Amino acid sequence: METILQAVDLCKVYGNGTAANKFVNLTVRRGEILGLVGENGAGKSTLMKVVYGEEPPSSGTLLLDGKSVRFGSSRDAIAAGIGMVHQHFMLVPSLTLAENLVLGREPRKKSGMYDLNRAVRIAEELSAKYNLRIIPRARVVDVSVSMRQKLEILKTLYRGARILILDEPTSVLTPQETDELFAELKALRDKGQTIIFISHKLGEVFQLCDRVTVMRDGAVIATHDIGDVDRQTISNEMVGREVRLTLDKKAAAPGGTALEVRDLSFVDDFGITMVDRVSFSLRKGEILGVVGVDGNGQSELVRILTGHARTLTGSVRKGGTDLTNASPRKVRKAGMAHVAEDRMTVGTALPASIADNLLADRYSEPAFTGGGFLRRSAIQAEAKGIVQRFDIRCSSPNQAVASLSGGNMQKVVIGREFTAAADVLVVSQPTRGVDIGAIEFIHRTILSMRDEGKAILLVSSDLGEVLSLSDSLIVMHSGKIVAWFPDASAVTDKELGLYMLGLKTQDEIEIRKVLHE
Amino acid sequence: MSDGTRTKTLPGKVGLFFTNRDALEPALVTLFAAVFSLLAGVGLIFLVSKEPAQSARNFLLGPFLRTYNIYYMMIAMVPLTFTGLALCIIYQSKHMSLIVDSSFYIGAVVATAAGIHVALPAGWHPAFAMLAAGITGGFIGLLPAILKIRWRANELVSSLMLNYVFYFVGSFVILYFLRDRNQTILSSLPFRNTFLLPRLIPNTQLHAGFIVAAVFVVLVSVFLYRTKWGYEIRMIGANQKFAAYAGLSVPTVILYSHFVSGFLGGMGGAIEMAGLYKAFIWQMNPSYAWDGVIVAMLARKNPKFVPLSAFFLAYMRVGADFMSRRGDVAFEFITLLQGLIILILASDKIVNYFKARRLQRTALARTAEARAAGAPAGGAE
Repeated sequence: METILQAVDLCKVYGNGTAANKFVNLTVRRGEILGLVGENGAGKSTLMKVVYGEEPPSSGTLLLDGKSVRFGSSRDAIAAGIGMVHQHFMLVPSLTLAENLVLGREPRKKSGMYDLNRAVRIAEELSAKYNLRIIPRARVVDVSVSMRQKLEILKTLYRGARILILDEPTSVLTPQETDELFAELKALRDKGQTIIFISHKLGEVFQLCDRVTVMRDGAVIATHDIGDVDRQTISNEMVGREVRLTLDKKAAAPGGTALEVRDLSFVDDFGITMVDRVSFSLRKGEILGVVGVDGNGQSELVRILTGHARTLTGSVRKGGTDLTNASPRKVRKAGMAHVAEDRMTVGTALPASIADNLLADRYSEPAFTGGGFLRRSAIQAEAKGIVQRFDIRCSSPNQAVASLSGGNMQKVVIGREFTAAADVLVVSQPTRGVDIGAIEFIHRTILSMRDEGKAILLVSSDLGEVLSLSDSLIVMHSGKIVAWFPDASAVTDKELGLYMLGLKTQDEIEIRKVLHE
Repeated sequence: MSDGTRTKTLPGKVGLFFTNRDALEPALVTLFAAVFSLLAGVGLIFLVSKEPAQSARNFLLGPFLRTYNIYYMMIAMVPLTFTGLALCIIYQSKHMSLIVDSSFYIGAVVATAAGIHVALPAGWHPAFAMLAAGITGGFIGLLPAILKIRWRANELVSSLMLNYVFYFVGSFVILYFLRDRNQTILSSLPFRNTFLLPRLIPNTQLHAGFIVAAVFVVLVSVFLYRTKWGYEIRMIGANQKFAAYAGLSVPTVILYSHFVSGFLGGMGGAIEMAGLYKAFIWQMNPSYAWDGVIVAMLARKNPKFVPLSAFFLAYMRVGADFMSRRGDVAFEFITLLQGLIILILASDKIVNYFKARRLQRTALARTAEARAAGAPAGGAE
C-alpha cells in the first residue's frame, strides 16, 4: 500500500523545554486505520498537533503524498486534506447540527444569504453517504455525546479530509457506543479514508486498527501489523519494561460507616440537576467505586463532599461531625483527603516549590510551625520523605512544581493526599495522566490504605481501573445512583454499560442497600 | 536543572541570592531593564538638549558628584521602601490593590494629628504616631479586600476609586481641623518638637526613618518567607484555587495581607511627616504608591531586593532633578523611563526569553545525544 503521510525525524520542543517529540518517524498508509498508542505524555497528541498544523515542528519534515509540507496553522492542514477530531469537541452548542457542520463554509443562496435548507440537505446527504446518523435540525445541546462526535467526524469529511485524526474518541463513550463508532470507522476505511486513531486502551486498538505504532517518551518505539503482535508485547513497549496487567488483591473486610451521605442534590448554573438525591454510606476498609459516563454528576458529587460546592438538600456526616456544606478547610480538618480530578489548576500550585505543595495541607501543624514561624528543617525532612516514597523525580524539593514532568506533578498530588492524616479518601481519576509504572504503584498504595482500614471513594472514568480496584460499585446516570453492586468483581463491563447509558436501572430497594442500614 | 540538593534553604526559595539560573536570568533581565532605561534616557537627552553631554553627565553622575545628593537619595529611598514593601506583599498574593496610596496619605494625616495634639516624650511620640498611622492605614487597606471578598469587586478598580475618596477625606481633615489659620499658604499647625525624628547626620535631612525602613525590609522578608502567614500569602498568590482546596482560608489571607500592606503604607506616611517636615504642607497627594509599583516590580516581588530597587529609583530621581536644575531638560522626562521599565518587566516573554531558549536547546541536544547513543528514546528524565 502506498504511503500517504510521513514524518521524518520530527522534533518538537516546547517553550518550557519539554521535548515532546524526539526524532519521530511515522508512516501512514493510504486507506488504513493506524493506531497510535502510548501512555499519557508519550507525545501522541503533540505529534498529531504538528501534523494538524496547530504546532510548528522544531525540526524535521512532514511529507504528504511524498511532498514536503509545512503548515502555518490548522487551516493549511485542513486545506491539504487533514481533519482532526479533538478529545474536547469544538462545537457551538446553541446551533443546530447542520449549522455546526457547515460553519465556516456555509452554503449560500444566489442573493448571498445563508441557505439553511441546503445546509440541512448537505447534512442529510453526508450522514447517509458515510452512514453516520445525526439529526440535522436538532441543536447540539440536545443531542448525545456520541452524536456530537459523529458530527465532528462529518465536519472533517465535509471539509474534504482524506486523513482523519481521532484523539481518544472513546473516552466519552459507553462500551455500546464505542462498538457502534468502530463499525462506522471501519466502513469509512473501506470507502478509502485514512484514519489515525489515538488511544491508550489496547483492547480498542486490537479491535479496530490495521497497524499500530507505539510511542514512548516522545519517540516511536515500534510499528506492527496488528495480526503479528499481542497485547503483552505492546504494553511492554509502551512502558519499557515488563508490566503486570493483573492486581493482587485481598478480599475487603469492611467495618463500620465512615462517611454517611444522604440525599445530596446539586443544580448547576444552567438549572440542570447534576446530582439528584444521592445517598450512600462509605464503610471503613472499603473501596467504593463510582462509575458513570463523564458528566453524569460524579464530579459534582465529589465537589459537594469535599466542600467545593453546596448541596441543596440532605447531609454529609463523618462520625459525629456534620460536614454538610462545610468549607474545604473544615472537611480536611475532619480527616478527609481528596485527590482532585484537575491536578494542574486545583491540585497543585505550579509556580511554588515541591515542598510548598506537599505541605500545603499540614504546614500549620505544630510539627511544622512554631509560634507562627515555619520549622524549615522539619518541612524539608517531610518533603524529602514524600519525594522518596513516591519517587518524585527532581533535583531538590525546592524546585518549582512547574519544572517537573507531567507524571511527576501527578505524584506530588498523590504523595500529599496519600500521606495526609485522614481516614476517608476521595480519589478522583487517580491515574489520569500517570504512566503505567506509577499506576501500578498508586493502585497498590490505594489497596494498602484500604487494608489499613481507611475508607476510599474512588471516582474514575477508566472502567478497568474501577473494576479491578473497587470492592463495591455504584453507577451514576444523570445525577442519580442507578445501581449498586456489592461485589465489583462479579460485574462485567457490558452490564455496567447498560446502567451507565441509563438503559437499565435497579429498583429502589436494591439501591437503598448501599446505605448499609 | 543542575542545582544540587540543598538542605538549608527554605521551601519555595533557593539560596540567599541566586543559586540557579532560573532566578539569575530574570534578575539579569531586570538589570537590563534598568540599564536600558538609563541609556534611553541619555538618548532622549541628546534628542532634546542643547548641551547634551553636560546634561547626560549631570543625570548619570550627578547623584554622586555632590555629598548632599547622596543624602537626598537616601532620604528618597525611605517612602519608596515602605510603599515598595507594601506592594510586594500585595503582589505576592497576586492581588492588584493600589490602596496603599490612601494608606500612605491618610497615615501622614493621622501622624500630623498625633504630632500636633498628642503629648508624649521624644522617641515615644513618633513611635505612637507611626503605630496609629499604621493601624489606620491597615484598616484602609482592608476596604478593597472586603469589597472583593463580599461582592467580587475588582480590587484594582475599587482601590483607585477609593484613593480619590481618601485624598479628599485627608484634605478635609487638614483643612477643617488641623489647619494653621495664621499661615497664608496651606499648612497644618506645627508639629511638637518631640514628634520630629532625630537626624542621623547633623546638618542633613537624613533622618532615623532610614533605619526604620531598613529594619522593616528584614521584618517583611522574614514575614513573607519564614512565617506561616507569609507562606499562606505566597500560596494564594501561586494558585488561589489550590490554596482553598488544600484547606487555607483564602478570605482570611486576603484580609490580613491587605492589612499588613496598608499598615506599611501608613507607617511610611507617618515617617515621612516626622522625618522631613515641621508641619503638613502637602498641596497634593505625592502618590508614592505608583513609585512603589515600580520598586516592587524591579525587586521581583521579593522584599530583600526592595532597597536595591528603591535606590535605583531614587538615583534616577535625584539625577533627573540635578540635571533639570542645571540644564534644559525637564525633570518629568523620567516618567518616560519609568514607563519603559514597567513595559519591559511586565512582559513575561521578555523576562523568560533566555530560559525558554536555553531549555529548548538543551532538550534538543539531549535527544540528539540519546539518539546518537543508539537508544530509541531519551529514557527517564
